[in-house]
Amino acid sequence: MSDRTQPLSSRLLRGAHRTLTGLHPALESLLAGVVGLLVGAVLMYIWGYDPWRAYIALFRGAYGGSYEWASSIARGTPLVLTALTFSICLRAGMFNIGAEGQMYMGAIASVMIALFALPAGLHTIVGLVFAALAGAAWSLVPAFLKLTRGVHEVISTIMFNWIGRWFALYLAIYVLVDPARAEKTLSIPVGARFPILVRGTDLSYSVFLAVAVALVIYFVLWHTAVGYEVRAAGLNPTAARYGGIRNKRTMFLSFILGGMAAGLAGAAIVMGLPPTYAIFGGGAMPQLTNIGFDGMAVAMVGRNHPIGIILAALFFGGLNAGGRVMQFYGSNPVPLEMVRVVMGAIVLTMSIPELFRLFPAIKKQGERFVGFWRRAAQRSPRRSA
Amino acid sequence: MSWNDILALLRISLHAMVPITLTAVGEIVGETAGLFNIGLEGTLLISAFAAAIAAGAAGPTVGLLVGMGIGAAIGLVFSIINTYWKGTQMVTGIGINLFAMGFVAFGLIKLGAPGFHAVPRAAQLAKWRTPMGAMSPLILVALILPFVVYWFLKRTRAGLILKAVGEAPEAADVAGIRVNRVRLLATTFGGLLAGLAGAYMSVAWMGLVTKEFSAGRGFIALATVVFSGLNPLLALLGGFIFGFFQGLAEWMKTLPSKPIPSQFVSMLPYIVTLLVVSGAIGRVRFPKALGEPYKRE
Repeated sequence: MSDRTQPLSSRLLRGAHRTLTGLHPALESLLAGVVGLLVGAVLMYIWGYDPWRAYIALFRGAYGGSYEWASSIARGTPLVLTALTFSICLRAGMFNIGAEGQMYMGAIASVMIALFALPAGLHTIVGLVFAALAGAAWSLVPAFLKLTRGVHEVISTIMFNWIGRWFALYLAIYVLVDPARAEKTLSIPVGARFPILVRGTDLSYSVFLAVAVALVIYFVLWHTAVGYEVRAAGLNPTAARYGGIRNKRTMFLSFILGGMAAGLAGAAIVMGLPPTYAIFGGGAMPQLTNIGFDGMAVAMVGRNHPIGIILAALFFGGLNAGGRVMQFYGSNPVPLEMVRVVMGAIVLTMSIPELFRLFPAIKKQGERFVGFWRRAAQRSPRRSA
Repeated sequence: MSWNDILALLRISLHAMVPITLTAVGEIVGETAGLFNIGLEGTLLISAFAAAIAAGAAGPTVGLLVGMGIGAAIGLVFSIINTYWKGTQMVTGIGINLFAMGFVAFGLIKLGAPGFHAVPRAAQLAKWRTPMGAMSPLILVALILPFVVYWFLKRTRAGLILKAVGEAPEAADVAGIRVNRVRLLATTFGGLLAGLAGAYMSVAWMGLVTKEFSAGRGFIALATVVFSGLNPLLALLGGFIFGFFQGLAEWMKTLPSKPIPSQFVSMLPYIVTLLVVSGAIGRVRFPKALGEPYKRE
């Protein structure tokens, strides 16, 4: 019997912790990945594509060589950061699905450094600080609404995603627009960009930023007192409060940390992804759209653990990079959007706890069914004889 | 502002009210039974897409029915995972939303023009001519349904069973109610209404499908449920308020003089939703077992 005295959000979360820290976490993630790819294959088959050839193209495009690896890592870099946003808050007991909006704000804030000149290294740092602050500011309002008015964070963060999207679009079109090319914003100055790491690819030094943030968050969550408080509050807020943990403080802290990570994701895209180093306001910000939502899938497959997230981001970054190859491959190429279908199926599968036990249960039902028919088949000839 | 402007505004608001109210009423039934479905946004998208295709092939009525069927099917998947398989409701909902974003964008590309599909005029549900102008018949459905569901929840035995399953599943189980089956039916019904809402948006209202055209309405419906405190009549009111501000935003975009940039007008419904919800919370009490899978000891 479960404890009904806890608030709604922590009850909704109890299951999440069970699901996401299961008995064989890595194997379950792997299994969910396989199920997701299978669902994608079935859908491709129904729509008249050849799933086998498509997947070969996809995985060759993702991991077929050093160029492919580099572009997979480049696609995975912002996903690490938005995944961290989701998982810090989940560890603290909240569903922050606002990484998308916080990431828009971070991206637009980092474009602002194009308005003034600074020495090269300092300029980059100022851009990152701007982005982190903007992301944190955008996540503070939902945190504040939750604390003072009890507004569930799922509703407030999603509303802030939309508000942030329109606000960023407004700034991109009217304020930070490139006077020479109206469809994009000002480009980040050359000195403030992340240098390219592998020549000829779009992999830049921003990958180190993502890994460093993941490691810092790992350290904070598992090796400091504050991190212990955050995790304790997420596992059982009532017990944590009796233990002297100030839940409001941990809640604010996790939202701020999460917002900073999402803001940095925006900066990593704008300051670290060639060729233009700018946001396309005219095309409704295509290179930013959905990075925040994809991050949630990465967080779940990565089991909300910073190290797991890095591995999962490598997989999803590979799907995105490979999908770009897949959509131009063969006479009947599969659109890139298939990748997000696979992601959704993976997350759906991840929500089923103890996935492994489900298969024996289905097998048992199947055997019972087969046995029933076998017995029936054995009985019938005897009767006729 | 002339009389005609006011009429036009009211007409847009009533049309914008329908999907929010329908989805919210369905979610109220589901939450009363104890399941919290944040996959409504995805349900709206997929059912709108499926309804648009079906309507193009076989007419608007079939389109609406297919939309309802697809919505119910998604609700069924959600509820099987979260009743019999003891899943995590939030994660399932996020999965449905991600899947829908990919699936609809994928399907739209397959249909031809990327990101956009117009429903032919002949395949759209005809609007009624009224003194107020052309009105969709489904406005009537959205106006009547909350009263029916209110009566069902407050005055019938089945409504009481639904409540028992959400408040005290153990007690309901002891009383011989099949908890998981009731929850399954409730959420499937919720999905069906969300499917109708999605089908209405593509077949009876806007006459098109884009990959982002649900525009957060599933989440606004969730906000409406919070605002209503699980009372369908208040969901009607909430749906009208949110519909009005969406209508206002649409109407302001059509004005010849642009007092504020359209991006800020587009933000309006979301800001109002946040304000209304933060004003409404406090008095709201949710079912005790909301969000928890039921397990026998």
